Amino acid sequence: MIETDILIIGAGPCGLFTVFEAGLLKLRCHLIDALPQAGGQLTEIYPKKPIYDIPGFPEVLAGDLIDHLMKQAEPFKPGFTLGERAESFEKTEDGKFIVTTSRGTKHIAPVVAIAGGLGSFEPRKPPISNITDFEDKGIEYIVRDPNFYKGKNVVISGGGDSALDWSVFLASGVAESVTLIHRSKSFRGHPDSVQKVIDMSNSGKITLLTDAEVVGVNGTDKLASITVQAQDGSTSEINTDHWLPLFGLSPKLGPLSEWGLNIDKNSIEVNTFDYSTNVDGIYAIGDINTYPGKLKLILCGFHEATLMVQSAFKRIYPDKNYVLKYTTVNGVTGF
Amino acid sequence: MDNIVNITVVDREGVEHQLEAPTDMNMNMMELCKSYELPVEGTCGGMAMCATCHMYILSDHDILERNDDEESMLDQAFFVKSNSRLGCQIHIAPELEGLKVQLAQV
Repeated sequence: MIETDILIIGAGPCGLFTVFEAGLLKLRCHLIDALPQAGGQLTEIYPKKPIYDIPGFPEVLAGDLIDHLMKQAEPFKPGFTLGERAESFEKTEDGKFIVTTSRGTKHIAPVVAIAGGLGSFEPRKPPISNITDFEDKGIEYIVRDPNFYKGKNVVISGGGDSALDWSVFLASGVAESVTLIHRSKSFRGHPDSVQKVIDMSNSGKITLLTDAEVVGVNGTDKLASITVQAQDGSTSEINTDHWLPLFGLSPKLGPLSEWGLNIDKNSIEVNTFDYSTNVDGIYAIGDINTYPGKLKLILCGFHEATLMVQSAFKRIYPDKNYVLKYTTVNGVTGF
Repeated sequence: MDNIVNITVVDREGVEHQLEAPTDMNMNMMELCKSYELPVEGTCGGMAMCATCHMYILSDHDILERNDDEESMLDQAFFVKSNSRLGCQIHIAPELEGLKVQLAQV
């Protein structure tokens, strides 16, 4: 069981800055994030995009901002549970929360701060009605272990980097056969990867089907074949052991919507006094919360995080006196 | 009114909405839909990186040229047709008077 003072769900900018502000109050933090790296949208969606409205930074790349926030949080030694989604919570008799992730990792803390942005990033699933019947029975949205595909016939869909890179990798002596299906003729992944796929298609290592789309999945207890539709509307069936639809990730509120929190249009309602939710001890900050006048801006999330940790401190140490200290006076003393 | 174009948006239930779009506020179609509280998420904020503002151009306006970022995102989206665009990449301009679009399924 991982123990901490503030358990932060979401390791985006807002969650990371919480570590710093909590650290000034000598509170320890641990962050859970569904993505395998910290940074949330900033590292996952737009690491190379400049941001112009961070006070004091006329211009900063999203990825660089995360690097700075990690450095700022570093003295306070935050813990991370990455690549796992916060799934459920239970309350202990002494008012603490036990939060369990999708992989069963348990965390205990007196305060939970949800800084989940738009939710957790989950694979985009093609709109095929019976697709869920074959999930983990031949259809996988993420390649966890490439050796799993050793000697198997694999079909990959998608035109981005992950579709291209896995096609190349699995066709290099891992899978028995690799077919890459893409909706258009042009690929927009990294030029090197595109060239490799074309070369391997020419040498017969990858079967390339462009202007085509998988429209059906078939089988009894596991995937047996897929139905492919060409641009002219004609369909054909391809027998395969696996189909990997690799269409990127999109954020979903997911299990948090079942936590008994008041939700308005996919956002968690909070009290602007301290960004507390309707569940005592659970706070929500950043893009995931809503209140009258809410603006989904990183800088507003920083402010929310700062006020939130003051309230968290009072909840954890109701009898301890505390006054706000300035970092200019006292500097930053880490753990 | 000055600096206003009239745009029709058909939502996912087939209901038509008549919107008045300002041409002087540096807005795009995704933002316009959001300002009318139509069900357009605009998850990425308008960087052509999420396809939650995917829409079809129904009227005969000459705005089908997609930029590279947009093409690349539409490559990963679903229900893409030849008249697909990302709303966030359509800048509200006087030429859009009378534009009619339909929100794509998500």
